[in-house]
Amino acid sequence: MVFLLQQTINYAVPLLIVALAGVFAERSGVINLALEGIMIFGAFAGALFIRIMQSNGLFDKSQGQILLLLTMLVCAIMGAVFSLLLSFSAINLKADQTIGGTALNLLAPALVLFLINVLTQQSKLVIDGGATTWFMIKKSTFGIDKSTDIGFLGELLLNKVYLSTYVCILLFIVLSIILYKTKFGLRLRACGENPQAADSLGINVYKMRYAGTTISGALAGIGGFVYALAAADGAATGEVAGFGFLALAVMIFGNWTPSNIAVSALLFGLFKCIAAAYPSIDLNGDGVYMLAEIGVSSYVYRLLPYLITLIVLAFTSKRSRVPKAEGIPYDKGAR
Amino acid sequence: MRKQTSGAATPALTKDGFLGREGTKTVIASLFSILIGLVVGSIIILIVGLTTPSISVGGAFEGLKLVFAGLFSTGRTATGELTFGFNPVNIGDMLFRATPILLTGLSVAVAFKTGLFNIGAAGQYLMGTAGTLYVALSIPTDKVPAWLVWLLAFLAGILMGALWGAIPGLLKAFLNINEVIACIMSNWISASLVTWFFDVNNQLKNASEAGKVSYICKTTANGVATPKFFLDKLFPGSQVNGGILIAALIAVLVWVLMSKTTLGYALKVCGANRQAAKYAGINDKRCIVLSMAIAGGLSGAAAALYWLSGNTEFFWSTYQSLPAEGFNGIPVALLAANNPIAVIFTGCFMSMLNIAGLQIKNLTAYNEYLTDIIIAIIVYLSSFSLLIKLMLSGKKKPAAAAAAAIPEDDKTAAKPSGEKADEKEAD
Repeated sequence: MVFLLQQTINYAVPLLIVALAGVFAERSGVINLALEGIMIFGAFAGALFIRIMQSNGLFDKSQGQILLLLTMLVCAIMGAVFSLLLSFSAINLKADQTIGGTALNLLAPALVLFLINVLTQQSKLVIDGGATTWFMIKKSTFGIDKSTDIGFLGELLLNKVYLSTYVCILLFIVLSIILYKTKFGLRLRACGENPQAADSLGINVYKMRYAGTTISGALAGIGGFVYALAAADGAATGEVAGFGFLALAVMIFGNWTPSNIAVSALLFGLFKCIAAAYPSIDLNGDGVYMLAEIGVSSYVYRLLPYLITLIVLAFTSKRSRVPKAEGIPYDKGAR
Repeated sequence: MRKQTSGAATPALTKDGFLGREGTKTVIASLFSILIGLVVGSIIILIVGLTTPSISVGGAFEGLKLVFAGLFSTGRTATGELTFGFNPVNIGDMLFRATPILLTGLSVAVAFKTGLFNIGAAGQYLMGTAGTLYVALSIPTDKVPAWLVWLLAFLAGILMGALWGAIPGLLKAFLNINEVIACIMSNWISASLVTWFFDVNNQLKNASEAGKVSYICKTTANGVATPKFFLDKLFPGSQVNGGILIAALIAVLVWVLMSKTTLGYALKVCGANRQAAKYAGINDKRCIVLSMAIAGGLSGAAAALYWLSGNTEFFWSTYQSLPAEGFNGIPVALLAANNPIAVIFTGCFMSMLNIAGLQIKNLTAYNEYLTDIIIAIIVYLSSFSLLIKLMLSGKKKPAAAAAAAIPEDDKTAAKPSGEKADEKEAD
């Protein structure tokens, strides 16, 4: 049970943070189809940064948590820089945002795999020792013996977790509040709904859209690294298995609002977790592997999130809360 | 490969001279994208070459040479010098690899003409793969003639692709769901579906060769393969087969469909302005569904011709990745400005880059992903090819001109901003 919940959270956190990345871009009026690409780039930046730090001996394992936080910062910066490519074409050049995003989705894996191959002569950039030995918080981190029982909540929240999970949840809450309770958030959302009206009130629509996509890029960069921690032991492989697109589905499923996104991220995380580990899931510990016995193929769990998103869209498209000016380049001269 | 004027409903720009012509400008904009892509690729080679200790300056220049002339590379001499010349294997392989991306390029182009961005070519390609391989390997050739099995398999691929492509079309037409989102979701659904399908169909897996069970048998295992049409005599030792000729023929047929028939006209009008099409009595919903079905069918045909070549095996556990052929159709279509005839050439160009990438991998310390970077940069630049065209026109105010030029453009998201409240989609 603890394992199931933790795995769900591990998959849900990158979805959560990247879906919020999508919200920031789309609320400001830019479709960010490049989430997948930015995640790939972020994961690479993280792995590379850690490798450089390790090979220079600047950190040792006892300082793992500091290194983790620093790496998240680096990923955020690199993700933001990468997303500037999208902002530039979408905002300054008024280019087609879906094609621009697709270009970044093609560019990121190509660039990352090219560099990884040049650097390591293989197609994987691994962290020395792996993320589990360097960053994972275990009982021993607090000086507690392995066999000591620290209760259900203790096992769930303090054993075999990553600090990044909590940082991401904190970021999610803080940024959601910024989006809804501050002047900046209101202005950002105005640019995604009615940029002409926003402009008439003296808001610089271009700046706001840059802010939206840059925050989006930073969050997606972090999300990519967090995904790599949970799924690939921190290694960069030039792919994130469609998580960027899944995050897009989470965002739509959550109707572009943070509270709904949190719920749908958990739901989709659960699907991913079931798909990855369904033969070994034993809910009440009685040795009966219920899900394996139902006999539903794991591929059903894999495709369900996407299918559900399509169905939800089909039923809600009439009253969906999609930002009204999303995808339309802002043109000062237009009526 | 001059581009014919983009929409049937739009008059050609009446600027004087050859350079003022819309088609010429499109070609120049595409060449410009290619040039910048290659230049950026070269810069990356130089930077990486000069900063990586294991690559010498000479090695960097060899990489440069191969980016531009990889197609004509013939390996190295005994002294380690790169040699260039006519290489039938490279050219044959280029034609072989051009076959699928030519067709997915057509798929993307047809959808673009109807104002839709078909990013679902990858999923349609996978469904086509499943259809083709199942039919080609399941019908025994000792009872049914091989050519008939080939034809059935080819049609099965097209049908599966068309059905899969029609789904986002239906969602778009009747529920107003943005086709980009629907296509992305359907891509990943198909990735799981196809893996599931092959997972349970053990008889299709290549169990006879050790360690190959994660691959599906070649269609030649059942004696089914596309005829070579003497291309193997022209390019001995390469993977080329008649597929490229069939693909080129399909491109011509698509050109006829789009330029010479009522249906093609209706599709284009629908893409230029859905409201106007409706007003003129065109069934816009039917157009959208048909366009996506045709696009899907073309992607399915891409898969069919690729696997029916009989010299490649399908890695069936594909639920975590989508085939590159689906996405490489996008630059092919963009560079060709959605002209079906031009797609033949841009498809070959993209596949030439691919071959150059392999030469780079085999002969230098660089790797094949370099050409993927170049392709991505070309797509990126194509996204604002409208701006490049406007610069060629020498207009001072790109913003105002862009608003005026939108109805003349084939692209999907460029909508007149005045109508955005009505046209907003639930994506």
